[in-house]
Amino acid sequence: MKQVVFWGTRGSMPVALTSRDVREKILAALTAANGKTFKTPAALNEFVDTLPFSVNGTFGGHSSCVEIVRDSPEHFICDMGSGARPLGQAKIARYGIPNPQTYHIFISHLHWDHLMGFPYFAPMYFAGNRIIVHGCHAELEEAIRMQMRNPSFPVDYAQAGARIEFDIMEPDEVHYISGINVTPKLQLHTDDSYGYRFESVDRTLVYSTDSEHRLEDLESHEAFVKFFARADLVIFDAMYSLAEAASVKADWGHSSNMVGIELCHAAGARRIALFHHEPVHDDKQLGRLLVETRRLEQITRGSQAPLEVLSAYDGLTIEL
Amino acid sequence: MAYLIFAMTYQQAMMNLPTREQSGVLIVSVSGRIDHLASEEFTRSIEPFLLRCKQGNPPVLLDFSAVEYISSAGLRVLMMASRRAKASKGVFAIAALQPLVQEVFAISRFNLIMPCYVSVDAACKVLGT
Repeated sequence: MKQVVFWGTRGSMPVALTSRDVREKILAALTAANGKTFKTPAALNEFVDTLPFSVNGTFGGHSSCVEIVRDSPEHFICDMGSGARPLGQAKIARYGIPNPQTYHIFISHLHWDHLMGFPYFAPMYFAGNRIIVHGCHAELEEAIRMQMRNPSFPVDYAQAGARIEFDIMEPDEVHYISGINVTPKLQLHTDDSYGYRFESVDRTLVYSTDSEHRLEDLESHEAFVKFFARADLVIFDAMYSLAEAASVKADWGHSSNMVGIELCHAAGARRIALFHHEPVHDDKQLGRLLVETRRLEQITRGSQAPLEVLSAYDGLTIEL
Repeated sequence: MAYLIFAMTYQQAMMNLPTREQSGVLIVSVSGRIDHLASEEFTRSIEPFLLRCKQGNPPVLLDFSAVEYISSAGLRVLMMASRRAKASKGVFAIAALQPLVQEVFAISRFNLIMPCYVSVDAACKVLGT
């Protein structure tokens, strides 16, 4: 495993920047420029790089979709939220047609925000492509077929040109898939969700979204510490603050930055990527959340090695 | 036997958590690190005070000035304690958080759901008689 590319990082439903949001970013950039002049595009780019990410970028709005890039012709993808549309387009642009590819897709659970990109995943419409959908829900195939049925979608699932297969996995068992050991783990979420631990010879990645952690459940805490153990990267559902997750949004099936930091510290993980962002949060709020989470990591670290804290955004590529 | 166990727990709790009274407020001094492992003991230690935290009884104020760190599990104990006190129409609050602990409260947003006071004196002015 070489890289992770985030194609969709938003929780629950996709969101889009509004005209007002863009205007605010332009105003903030011009205010920061404060009358400066830039003689070359490079100088202008250099200035833009000095601006906060909430001004010079955006966390984006696609729902969950993460690609694991490997030294292998077979592609690995976690979840098929709306980020699967640009991912599919990028694959078609990269490999062209016909140039059959194999896609392994790991589905955390069957809620719509994690499946909605499937009908827009262009490779599914081209003969020769092979798509293997892995998951732990018995209803996996039916859930994907259902959203491509009249009157919900104009193209029926039967019209897919690719060969689509389904692999129902057993949780807590190691599955050897295309050179990677993949272990699913049951997580607390309405109708269940599953996290995935991917292990290659020299790298470990954990994808753990839509997962609530009950603070009183020490047994579950220990189980997740083991699941995250020494991971190079943990992609973690940090949708709510701890106070929200433990009070008004208890049983909503999501977690917080604080629990993510504590679990990763206890597990000796190297990096955490905050993921499944609350749709209500704008770029400024998500930027503040990242700053606060890095500070929390410092406070809670103790004598342990530092844990690198990132906040995932659409388009972010991480070297593993 | 049940009484004995309760009495022992109570005594241990009293040993771990010194108390004093100020302006009609029962002040319980908490100290050390309240991490995942310590959270169960913390739950047991504040139990006797929660039993007394009812309408008509003195407000219970946890003096956090000697608490160095609190984890998510520790924060949950406080939230559950606050809920119980509220259900019994008692008054339960925290005061004198160290700067680092105050930061943890702010980042976790527990400062928004728990009554926190800057100092014991400030709390007693509001809660005391």
